[in-house]
Formats: sequence, C-alpha cells, structure tokens
Amino acid sequence: MRHLLSAADLDRDQALTILETATQMHDVQHREVKKLPALRGRTVVNLFFEDSTRTRSSFEIAGKWLSADVINISAKGSSVSKGESLRDTVTTVAAMGVDGLVIRHHASGAPAQVADWVDAIVVNAGDGTHEHPTQALLDAYSISRRIGDLAGKHVVIAGDLTHSRVVRSNLLLLKTLGAQVTLVAPPTLMPSGIGAWSEAAGFATTYDFDAVLPDADAVMMLRVQKERMTGGYFPTPREYTVGYGLTRERLKLLPPNAVIAHPGPMNRGLEITADAADEARSLILDQVSAGVAVRMSVLYHLLGGAQ
Amino acid sequence: MSTRPDRKAPGASTGRVVLSENEIRRALRRVAHELLERNKGADDLVLLGIPRRGATLAARLAEAIAEVEGVHVPTGALDVTMYRDDLRLQPIRTAAPTQIPPAGIDDAVVVLVDDVLFHGRTVRAALDAIGDLGRPRAVRLAVLIDRGHRDLPIRADHVGKNLPTALRERVHVSLVEDDGIDEVRIVDAPAADTSEVTS
Repeated sequence: MRHLLSAADLDRDQALTILETATQMHDVQHREVKKLPALRGRTVVNLFFEDSTRTRSSFEIAGKWLSADVINISAKGSSVSKGESLRDTVTTVAAMGVDGLVIRHHASGAPAQVADWVDAIVVNAGDGTHEHPTQALLDAYSISRRIGDLAGKHVVIAGDLTHSRVVRSNLLLLKTLGAQVTLVAPPTLMPSGIGAWSEAAGFATTYDFDAVLPDADAVMMLRVQKERMTGGYFPTPREYTVGYGLTRERLKLLPPNAVIAHPGPMNRGLEITADAADEARSLILDQVSAGVAVRMSVLYHLLGGAQ
Repeated sequence: MSTRPDRKAPGASTGRVVLSENEIRRALRRVAHELLERNKGADDLVLLGIPRRGATLAARLAEAIAEVEGVHVPTGALDVTMYRDDLRLQPIRTAAPTQIPPAGIDDAVVVLVDDVLFHGRTVRAALDAIGDLGRPRAVRLAVLIDRGHRDLPIRADHVGKNLPTALRERVHVSLVEDDGIDEVRIVDAPAADTSEVTS
C-alpha cells in the first residue's frame, strides 16, 4: 500500500495492523511528552480544498506528534482562489519536496487523481461524496475498543446515506473486518442502485430503523448534510427525527451494551438527540480522540519505513 | 506496507546451541542476584523489557527476584520502534505495546532488559524512549547475551553470557513463552543474508 485513497486499499491484515499501531499511538496522548521521533525530517502538507476543523486539526496533531513538519494549506486565501488548477496546485506543493499530501476535496476521486501526478504519498481526507478512509478506521477503532473484535458483530449505519462519504468507507472497512452491516435511511436518502451493490457486497438495507435496533452491537448515526442537499429529501426536520433520529424512545430498543457512534459534526435534535449523544455508551468523544491516534498510525505506516 | 519480519527465527534447527534451558535459567538467576546486590535490595527497581523477548526475560527476572527477595518488582515493556535510527532504511516495523508500571518511572532505578546486545542501537533508542516517559534516577542494562560488535559507546551492567561472534553469524534466542523452547543458538548466516536487524 503506497497511498490511502480508499478503505478498499486495505486488506484485513493491513487494517488490523493500522488499528493495532493506533492502540500504541493512543498511549502517547496520555504521556507528558506527546512526541515520537518516527517521522523526523519528513514533511506533510494538509491540502484542504473544503472546510474542515476536526479532520484537518487531527491530521496536523498526528503529524506533529510524530515529529513531521506539517503545513496546512486551505483553498481560501491560497492561489486556488485565484483560479489555479488542482494539478498546478498539487504539483507546485509537491515540487517543494514534501513527502506526504493529505487531501480533502469536494470532487469525488480528486485524491486518486493527485496520486498519479505526484511522487509524494497521498492520503484521502475526504473526497466529495466518495470516501473518507481515515474516518472509517477511527470509527472501527473506537467501536472495537468498546465491544471487541468486529468480526461477526452487527453494525447499523443510519441516516443520510446519499450524501455521506463516511458510509462508503465504513461499509468497505467493516466488511473487510468481518462485521455484519445494515444500512438504514428513508427512501429519499437511500442511494440509487444500492440494491445491486448490497447484494454484491453482502450488506443489508432497510427503511425500518426500529426493526434493526434490538439486534445491533453498534449504531452509527450519519449527519443530515443540509449543505449538500439540493432538493427536499424529507418534509420537515421533525418528521425526519421521528422516523430516523436516534431519539430517547429508540434508545430503549438498543441493547444495553450496544454503542453509539457519530462521525460529527452532529445536528443535535435532528439525527441524534442530546440524550443519545451524551449517553455513557456514546463514543462520540472517543472518536475524536481516536482520530489523532489512527491518523498517526496511517502516517507512520505510509511514511515511516524505507520508500 | 508490511509487518515486521520475525528477527530471530524461532526454533531454528540449524547452528549450534550455546545456551541450554538450564544454562539460561542459571544465567538469569545470577543476573537477578547481581541486580539485587548492585541495588542493595529491590527498592525502587523497575524492570523494562524490550519486546518481544526482552519483555519475557524481564518477567522471568522479576520472578527470580521475587524468589530471592520476596518482593515483586514492577515490570513493563518498552517498545523502541519509533525511536530507531534505521526506520528509513528498513521496511516498516509495527510497534509493540509499551507498558509502564502505574507508578511510572520517575526516580526509579530502571533496568532495561533485552535478549541480545549487538550494535547498541536498540539501547540507544530505548534511552530516548525512556526520556519521553519520565526521569529515572538511574538506568541500567541487563542482557542475556552480549555478542560484541558495538557501534555506540554502550555497555551492559549485567550480562548472562558474553558470546564472542563473527559479524556474519546470527544469534537466535528462543524462549518457551515466545517460541516453545528455551535455547540460544549461533547460526552461520548465508553470505547473501545481511538483513539482520541491529540490536
């Protein structure tokens, strides 16, 4: 594996190795000196063509804790806003001798394209509605830390599937790790053609959230991505919450030892209520903390050894 | 991406045995006594083994100390992967767990434990790692085998066996917990095989 563009780049052993290394990296967060020298002398550029706070800052902290030199470039205020093309931007940055490029872009497939243009390793930090592999890794990490090996476990992913890049990466990774996955969404937010895909990839889909909750080991709520919505996908927010929100009533259907995940940022009161978000079995803050450890592990595995 | 190759082939049937099960036990017992004498007892001692086999040896030394002194010395494991100076030269290595006793290592007498002392680079990395974990009063080094060929000015305080070797030879330490057998072998490495990890 040279780049991390998709969760499908990882076979089971590689995924487990990254998660295992993340466990070691997580310990660094509790140390007085939060620094490892593994990437000393390496330069990582976070190239964010889309706004992001948690992903960008967690990649930045991850790189810095591994002693890499980290530079952040966002599209706003850079030559991109003057009309420079993606190719010119990334090749210019790469020509400065960087070792790794962490890219977030609003176009699906942009990081894969960039990987063809530059010698540096490329990490996909979210591309359009396509993928977000490090998010999937940190979700798997957080869930498995709480409920153990994911093989055979039932993970329910519910919410705005159409606009989510997180769901695709999660689905690929969870299948690689042997989990059983059910996707839940209202018909309007179920991606077209998902029937054929679910059959080929071996996951289930349903419109009935209540029916799958009693059998779930983990439920992952997806954000309703209002900013990506061009039409009306549901009549009112209230109606969405009643049908597909993780409400207090729905929490009662969830087994007591099942966990709740949300990749954030949350629309409290829409897809998840405060009761669910702040429950003891909610992993939401664990996920943020795991983000740094998992990204340290990814950067280490891509940049740490002989090239 | 690849995982770390097993650096000492377990149960290798080639080469000649230089330490048998009994000899390993006696060597560790002697090292345990030396540690206690040098430290004038078990107070403030912390044993940190370098995974995998160093950690196993640290646990055995702690047992031996408990038998002699009746005190259970805190033990831990110290992974030095991230601190190695050859990370760029080798395929990627996966880190092993670092476990520090709950009381930490500040003001303790830390004894680093490893199976083979070779170039001294692992110990150098371990000293850097310790620096990030706390400030011990003293750091000592105990190894099962000292095979010479140091690249750095590092020496062991306690040695199970000094084993003069040629550079082309390899030392394979096998322990019951990790490999199913207790023995140390010297193996003549093929001329093309120069991939041994420095210890």
